[in-house]
Amino acid sequence: MKSSDVILQVIAKIAFFVIVLFAVHLFFEGHYRPGGGFVGGLVTSCAVVLLLLAFDMKTVAKILPIDFKWVIGVGLLIATLTAAGAIVFDVPFFTHVYDYYQLPLVGEQSLHTAALFDLGVYLVVVGATMTIIQSIGESE
Amino acid sequence: MTFEIIMIISICLLIMSILANIYRVVKGPTSPDRVQALDSIGINLIASIAVFSVLLHTHAFFDLILLIGILSFVGTVAFARFLESGVVIVRKR
Repeated sequence: MKSSDVILQVIAKIAFFVIVLFAVHLFFEGHYRPGGGFVGGLVTSCAVVLLLLAFDMKTVAKILPIDFKWVIGVGLLIATLTAAGAIVFDVPFFTHVYDYYQLPLVGEQSLHTAALFDLGVYLVVVGATMTIIQSIGESE
Repeated sequence: MTFEIIMIISICLLIMSILANIYRVVKGPTSPDRVQALDSIGINLIASIAVFSVLLHTHAFFDLILLIGILSFVGTVAFARFLESGVVIVRKR
């Protein structure tokens, strides 16, 4: 029986961007409110899982041509380099610095190196979750 | 004071609604009944969190409301896909 998933596919196309935007919001508000890299990565992989449910695995591989095992490595590299960068400035391992900057469009904001470590956590969580789900889905 | 009593009463009503849904999850004769009852439990949980955050005078749980909505939607779609075609993620259409 050939069934069509028109409603699910249209909803998935719209909801994907809403969920990814919510994940970015969760990622950037993690310093001041509940949220952060871990839950942001999980919500991002949730959006990709919604695409996997609405479409098939080949189509999603064409939409996102990313090998998620490399994403784990890049995330671990970013986290390790953020932690090791403190040694260059002759302070203990994992020392973070922050300062206030005048940014275009958003005004005065504090930029913190903990956000870079959080970016590493985010990439590792997205990569690990998507690798698990794709490798389970591909086995017959 | 009266406002808190109203909030507590509404939480009790939502808990009773969740218990009625749990009865349907346990007793439901077919699988779609159980899936729909689980979806309804998720919606009642969202309402409970909203009332609870009003009661606690905090807005720390507002992200949780949106998060449970997304997770409940994706979970229900996955269950529906499994019941319809037997596999959750198809390889090639």
